[in-house]
Amino acid sequence: MGISTESQFHVLAVDDSLIDRKLIERLLKTSSYQVTTVDSGTKALEFLGVHEDDQSNPDIPSVSPNTHQEVEVNLIITDYCMPGMTGYDLLRKIKESSSLRNIPVVIMSSENVPSRISRCLEEGAEEFFLKPVRLSDVNRLRPHIMKTKPKDQQEDKQENKEEELGKPEFQSREEKEEQQQQQQHHHLQHQHSNSNKRKALEEGLSPDRTRPRYNNGLTTVV
Amino acid sequence: MDGVAQLQKQLVDYTASLFQEGFLDEQFNQLQQLQDESNPDFVVEVVSLFFEDSERLLNELAKALELKTIDFRKVDAHVHQFKGSSSSIGAQRVQKVCIAFRNYCEEQNIEGCLKCLQQVKHEYSLVKSKLETLFKIEKQLIAAGGSIPT
Repeated sequence: MGISTESQFHVLAVDDSLIDRKLIERLLKTSSYQVTTVDSGTKALEFLGVHEDDQSNPDIPSVSPNTHQEVEVNLIITDYCMPGMTGYDLLRKIKESSSLRNIPVVIMSSENVPSRISRCLEEGAEEFFLKPVRLSDVNRLRPHIMKTKPKDQQEDKQENKEEELGKPEFQSREEKEEQQQQQQHHHLQHQHSNSNKRKALEEGLSPDRTRPRYNNGLTTVV
Repeated sequence: MDGVAQLQKQLVDYTASLFQEGFLDEQFNQLQQLQDESNPDFVVEVVSLFFEDSERLLNELAKALELKTIDFRKVDAHVHQFKGSSSSIGAQRVQKVCIAFRNYCEEQNIEGCLKCLQQVKHEYSLVKSKLETLFKIEKQLIAAGGSIPT
């Protein structure tokens, strides 16, 4: 961990398990983050200032301009399996909201389901942590959190010698391969309008869709 | 300082045995690492939450499995929670039974589920008793003027 000279970042943690909320809170506070915990996706959206009272368009949450400016959230970390609104549902709602979509979202799950992981990453989650979450996982949050700091408060210097910050500014442009210290992850690059996304997949998943397939049933003579 | 040294040794040995016998796993170490002067009771607090939560879940499981028509999805949901919480504190043997338990739920195997319920109750009561002993030794050590070795 680097020296904490920057102002505090605020993380919103969402988990229906009291034990896991206590754990994640302690992990985040140990890393000098300010933490708010809620026990559901609905409460998370309320906290973020999103109101779903627009009956004609239930899929488009309307943001109350008065409330959402009161709390600045730099990262949302949410459990996947929750009753009612799952972490995935919450992720989608955040990405659909014009005011919230820039907040990085991280998903946690006790189950290692590759299709679930891909789906979350495709939807825009920055990382997918397997539970129980550890300090080493929380250390990986820093580059994602740094992206959301406004330009005048940004620190471009590499405070964390172990991690490299590729993009201090959050704007859409072509992505280049980034070097990461996370050996277990591969990176997928997609270009989405208005957002930069780096994707980390667990080892074992094959993200490269451009690789030609030779086993298409035809006999090939070498 | 003989008393303190003795208690420290007792604590270290007892903790080691819990790991060796598989009652606890690495996650318990992670919890201990999160405890410090500003949060001196963190482990006890989390484990206490686990005890309360587990007792509630065991009650729910017993009730759910007594019904004439068993809702296996509901049973599975409880076991999933139990598996999660035991994993979060490092209660390895409890977690392992939960994994088997979930398989029986998926198969809708009543016998298997009832068996697992007994097993998980047993493993839970074992780890509870072990952790209570561990905390007792820690308390004695601190009362004698010692500190918990990291």
